[in-house]
Amino acid sequence: MASTTASPHGIIGRPVPRIDGPLKTTGTAQYAADFHLPGMVFAVPVQATVAKGTIRSLDVTAAQAMPGVLEVLHHGNVERIYRAVPNDPNATVSETRPPLEDNRIYYWGQYVALVVAETLEQATAAAAAVKAEYSAETPQVSGELEPFAGTWHTVSARGKVDEAFDAAAVKVDQTYGTPVETHNPIELHATVAAWAGDTVTFYESTQGVVNHRNAMAQILGVPRENVTVITKFLGSGFGGKLFPWPHCALAAVASRRVQRPVKLVVTRTMMFSNVGHRPLTEQRFRVGASADGKLVALRQDALNHTSMVDNFDEGCGEATPYLYSVPNLTVTSALVQRNVGSPMAMRGPGAVPGLFAMESAMDELAVALKMDPVELRLKNDASIDESNGQKFSSRHLRECLETGSAKFGWSKRTPAVGSMRRDGKVLGWGMAAASWGAYRFGCSTTVELGADGKVRARCATQDVGTGLYTIFAQVLAEKTGLPFERIEVLLGDTTMPEGPLSGGSWSTATVLPAVAGAADGAIASLLQIAASTPGAKLEGADAKTLRLTEGRVHRATESAAQGVPFETVLQAARLNRVSADSTSGSAFEDPKAKGLSMHSFGAQFAEVEWEPEIARLRVSRVVTVIDAGRIINPRAGANQIKGAVVMGVGMAMLEETVYDPRNGQPINGNLADYLMATCADSPEIDVTFLDYPDYALNSYGARGIGEIGLAGVAPAIASAVYHATGVRVRKLPIRIEDLLQSEMREA
Amino acid sequence: MQSFSYSKAQTVDQAAGMDGRFIGGGTTLVDLMKQGVETPKTLVDITGLPLSSVETLPDGGLKIGAMVRNSDLAHHETVKAQYAVLSEALLSGASPQLRNMATTGGNLLQRTRCPYFRDTSYTNCSKRNPGSGCAAIGGHNRMMAILGTSEDCIATHPSDMCVALTALEATIHVQGPKGDRAIAIADFYKLPGTTPNVENALEPGELITHVTLPAPRKASKQVYLKLRDRASYEFALASAAVVAETSGGHIRFVRVALGGVGTRPWRSHEAEAALMGKPATATHFRAAAEAALKEAKPQSENGFKVELAKRCIVRALTTATA
Ligand SMILES: Cc1cc2nc3c(=O)[nH]c(=O)nc-3n(C[C@H](O)[C@H](O)[C@H](O)COP(=O)(O)OP(=O)(O)OC[C@H]3O[C@@H](n4cnc5c(N)ncnc54)[C@H](O)[C@@H]3O)c2cc1C
Ligand code: SF4
Repeated sequence: MASTTASPHGIIGRPVPRIDGPLKTTGTAQYAADFHLPGMVFAVPVQATVAKGTIRSLDVTAAQAMPGVLEVLHHGNVERIYRAVPNDPNATVSETRPPLEDNRIYYWGQYVALVVAETLEQATAAAAAVKAEYSAETPQVSGELEPFAGTWHTVSARGKVDEAFDAAAVKVDQTYGTPVETHNPIELHATVAAWAGDTVTFYESTQGVVNHRNAMAQILGVPRENVTVITKFLGSGFGGKLFPWPHCALAAVASRRVQRPVKLVVTRTMMFSNVGHRPLTEQRFRVGASADGKLVALRQDALNHTSMVDNFDEGCGEATPYLYSVPNLTVTSALVQRNVGSPMAMRGPGAVPGLFAMESAMDELAVALKMDPVELRLKNDASIDESNGQKFSSRHLRECLETGSAKFGWSKRTPAVGSMRRDGKVLGWGMAAASWGAYRFGCSTTVELGADGKVRARCATQDVGTGLYTIFAQVLAEKTGLPFERIEVLLGDTTMPEGPLSGGSWSTATVLPAVAGAADGAIASLLQIAASTPGAKLEGADAKTLRLTEGRVHRATESAAQGVPFETVLQAARLNRVSADSTSGSAFEDPKAKGLSMHSFGAQFAEVEWEPEIARLRVSRVVTVIDAGRIINPRAGANQIKGAVVMGVGMAMLEETVYDPRNGQPINGNLADYLMATCADSPEIDVTFLDYPDYALNSYGARGIGEIGLAGVAPAIASAVYHATGVRVRKLPIRIEDLLQSEMREA
Repeated sequence: MQSFSYSKAQTVDQAAGMDGRFIGGGTTLVDLMKQGVETPKTLVDITGLPLSSVETLPDGGLKIGAMVRNSDLAHHETVKAQYAVLSEALLSGASPQLRNMATTGGNLLQRTRCPYFRDTSYTNCSKRNPGSGCAAIGGHNRMMAILGTSEDCIATHPSDMCVALTALEATIHVQGPKGDRAIAIADFYKLPGTTPNVENALEPGELITHVTLPAPRKASKQVYLKLRDRASYEFALASAAVVAETSGGHIRFVRVALGGVGTRPWRSHEAEAALMGKPATATHFRAAAEAALKEAKPQSENGFKVELAKRCIVRALTTATA
């Protein structure tokens, strides 16, 4: 991984190209499914074709006899697959029920058997020959979650919300819905499992090698140190690859059974049933304000569906308690069970669907108040986190809104529905505020300076495609003055020091202190050696007066050119390398961060073009302003935000996993029928980072940016749609069916 | 997947007599073989046949070889200049990669995207298992047809190209064991009725060799308009191909064909009758649209297609007569 374009000076905050770019563009980056091991065989699961019931009979005789078939595993012959310890934060699994545990079926597509064969084709053919009969019951997959008779639990509460709402001068009381969305990273989930004696190595598509190792050790019943997990590159995950899914255990169990490495690649169709989704949500919002637009009451009651085997709480109330200043607030939530696979966090879980509902309600409130929606947000800006009384570490929502307004040209907006035109089309302008938590967890890293003139970092975290390799390289370049071609970043291997799970947009904030600390440590050792190596140029110098600049060790009073290349220092001392480990802790234990409310903020402004004559609506422009601390690499950062905006267009207008009501099958489970935004759907996107460092989180002032970019996009578009068409869509996606309700027939 | 044999035909005569399934670009066939929907025993690769040219005929018409790729046809100078509706329809379909592979003959015979047709775990699909019923009725039917449906099948004919060819009154030329014949596109596609498995007029072993188009009407304007959820890479929810000629503000000639709504590429004689000789005005366009959709039978999820198709027709007529 090398690139010549970066010079070390001021490299933090520079838009450097990612160091793994050439590997990816030339197809040489190895993803999990690219690993081909000697003697490797292939596993293909058999999926249930009912969503509820029991397996009455399973006939594997024909499959077993087919060419190349080594084994057919099912609930009747599989060894014990253990459950992972419940609520162990370091060994989380996505679906707690192990595969093939019994003959019960909880969702369509559930694995009922696994065929292992010499080739993928043989395994696929044999899997199709397994005959299952079911005692099927009518599944519950309804997209309506109300009426709900279960128990609600309170997420956040202050004041007396119901009384305040009843007494409010202006009110909105509406229910909003978001559909099931399926994670569709281009890289399919894949596991290659290979046993050697009683140790096992996984080549995995995971967003957390360390968690994966810990969980698989529990599931397979072997010591943690017997499991190695390797993820060199990930073709993204969007949350779907945070924790192991049943196919990971199946691959490992099959490999142990046949004593050969086993590859199992989940198909695109299986992606829609077996590896998570953003759950359906239904959220009632009650918002009350005084006649001049000051919020007096805010109540959110959020339902989300979950599977029959797991309680997945989407957490739709993530942003509600702190985004605005309001004296009376209640957030409650509850789960509704459905015959679907277990849901899983998807980019901005909770906040993204929650903000769709809250910001849509705020938009409706602005209409009811006849107030500008930006004005309404500014008027209710919070100066402290009112959910807990804490100060914000760094909050610039007001500036996001003001900068966004100016960049978008919001002052030219005329509020009446359908009142704006361009080139014979109606324009709609809408906006929404956004937020996402800021986190930092523990991380260990090793940095070494080698006699070969290279600096290396090692960490058992993984680059999920967002640019983490480059973040490491930027810090090493900053510390050592070396160009990128002399920097090696080694990630995605559990034999290295433990780093974070890639989730919650916390990777950058988490790894920075550890890699900086390890680099400082290695450099200190180097300078010590330079000063103490007999016969070397700098022998006898006070190490404290030495510096490492442009890869050369020199006296602080002299230039780098007058010093010695660091590898010469090591060679003179007959050392192969010097290295240091550093471990940084989580923000929760950090006195600097204690008692502070840490979040990123943003403002989204969207323009839609509406042609009522043909009911065609397209998102034409998005201006997004993000307050996410100091941006370490604005190029990778803007790439994240732009991608998120495009995903937001899909969320607003296109994406929905549809279950056949009769048998619970996700019926549009392929990339032609499940609509995601294409390049042609991508609007013009203008990204601005405010770039205020948040030093409570780390010494670089960096937060994370993967998720905040998606927050607020869908409600901004829905608000623009209302402004253009007069149709208020409260249930995503916004479809042509909805737009045809517009009374406007021509522009 | 079942095993099959593969051979490559060298000449048209040889291919036309061969007992097997022809494969052009394979973008429909291979896909369905992977799903287990199509299970041919023998594949006859016809991509090597000398049927890849586009030629102007002595009568001013156009002859399009069955092996001409969709991309090449869409970008052919004569097609762009004289049969714009065909070029536009082709470019609105699928993706560049698919269009580079797809052939004219294959596009004519592409099969429906009905999800229940594509999944053999549904035994109730009369297109696959004649007489077994229809899983799409009462299922997810948003994309299904509203015109020409029967109680046995409501599958939409998915092609864009064929809608343009219908408006252009193309003729399909085939060669088979019994010799050559020419079939007007109006007679080529069959309504599902009680036999949705029979989709067209081809006899066993017949090879499509080429398609001919009548000479372009010099004074006509042509338009293809496709409406869908996203801006590209999606089949039509409703589309319209219009060829129209006006003089003195009146419609003197018009052909209207619809896509995304019919069980076959849908020629609307009703719309044409409502327009002939009438002033080219919004009122008459709307009346034509109403006439075209008069017999529409929506399913539980696709009622919106009725109004959408009407708007599609009105806009296409407006553009074609502007
Ligand atoms: C994801 C996806 C999206 C698509 N989107 C669109 C769209 O938006 N609009 C659209 O119009 N189409 C769309 N298509 C369909 C595409 O246009 C067709 O798949 C393509 O035109 C078929 O051509 P082919 O040459 O690949 O056919 P093949 O797959 O090779 O053949 C199709 C059928 O035709 C038969 N056949 C082929 N050539 C001959 C011949 N000369 N004589 C007799 N029989 C023959 C074959 O036996 C087979 O039954 C899409 C396809 C896919 C996969
Ligand atoms: S619509 Fe036609 S193709 Fe689809 S399930 Fe019904 S019969 Fe089969």
